[in-house]
Amino acid sequence: MRAQSVKELRMNLIFTAILTISAAIMLFTAPDKTLSVMLTGGTNAIDLSLKLLAVYAVWLSVLKLTERLELDKKIAKLFSPIIDRLFKGESAAAKSYITINLASNMLGMGGAATPAGIKAMQAMYQGDGVASDNMLLLLVLNATSVQLIPATVIALRSAAGSSSAGDIILPALISTACSTLIGAVAAKIISKFKRRKARGRKKQTANTAANTAVNPLLSAAKLPVLNKKNRYKR
Amino acid sequence: MSLYLLPAFIFILLGLSAIKQIKVYDCFVDGSKEALKLMVTVFPYIAAISIAIELFRVSGLGHFLSGILAVPLSYVGIPSEIAELMMLVPVSGNGAIALLENVFKIYGADSYIGRCAAAVVGSSETIFYISAVYFSGTDVKKLRYAIPVALFSSFCGAIIACLLCRFI
Repeated sequence: MRAQSVKELRMNLIFTAILTISAAIMLFTAPDKTLSVMLTGGTNAIDLSLKLLAVYAVWLSVLKLTERLELDKKIAKLFSPIIDRLFKGESAAAKSYITINLASNMLGMGGAATPAGIKAMQAMYQGDGVASDNMLLLLVLNATSVQLIPATVIALRSAAGSSSAGDIILPALISTACSTLIGAVAAKIISKFKRRKARGRKKQTANTAANTAVNPLLSAAKLPVLNKKNRYKR
Repeated sequence: MSLYLLPAFIFILLGLSAIKQIKVYDCFVDGSKEALKLMVTVFPYIAAISIAIELFRVSGLGHFLSGILAVPLSYVGIPSEIAELMMLVPVSGNGAIALLENVFKIYGADSYIGRCAAAVVGSSETIFYISAVYFSGTDVKKLRYAIPVALFSSFCGAIIACLLCRFI
């Protein structure tokens, strides 16, 4: 139980540590700039969000069109041999979002990938506060996504006077293919290992919170209560 | 080729919807409505991370930590000159691009270090940003092993990218 709440704290911990240490350094080096730097960060967020908003508006509309045309099901069917094997036990809707997400990511259409990815996560989510193995797999696949053509970097290289800016296509392609493979295999191994561990523990004691967290299917109904308890504990 | 791919895809979609008499205008209105809703859920995460990253970068903490990381990184074949880039890549796309331009300016785009930096940036994603945004539509609190696995595998990718850059 305690280890679980520590895990929940991790993101807050990292965030607090980074902010506190940075602010402490700023206090000695440039105290007058601290606030303006934080505001710059906020402004960056707004710039990025406005750009993303435009991108989402276009791509969510296009996604809507593919849904109305029922093209999304056809695309999902095309890739179903791979997707079915990787994401076992997900609904058809989740699988079609996953397919669109991964396909657009590989083609470098990041704008289409993000909304489809968020929708896929929502479709896979069980409502118990815990990311399931399949959700984590999708995240890892996105975080290590295969890059066919890293367009921005190539443009930057030629702007900086490179003689053959396209040279890095092959290294980027091979290294992302390797990292995707490593990520997928690692995610699968860890999920299998944890499930086995959870099963072993279940034989010993019936009421550890850990095994419900590792395998949400075991008792999805009980978990929100446990989570609330954790939250109060913090 | 890829120049025509997206416009052609969108043209085909619009043509098909015209044939099948789907209300395209309604689709775009609905899509934009969803985009606004999505932005409202995503924005707080982006804002919090942006503020922290800006402080992290400007205060020099990032530079200091990358100095510590440089030695172990050089053991696995990643040039110590791009250690700071390696640290910035998973947290900030714009920051990494700015730093990449700087590397090009100092070492040249065709140097070994320049090529390594380009390959590392070209083959990476902003992992922390992705995980914040992708889970923003749900109330997931436990990410479990997601970030460690993602960081580890893209780190392996960076090692491979630097290794390959020796041969091109």
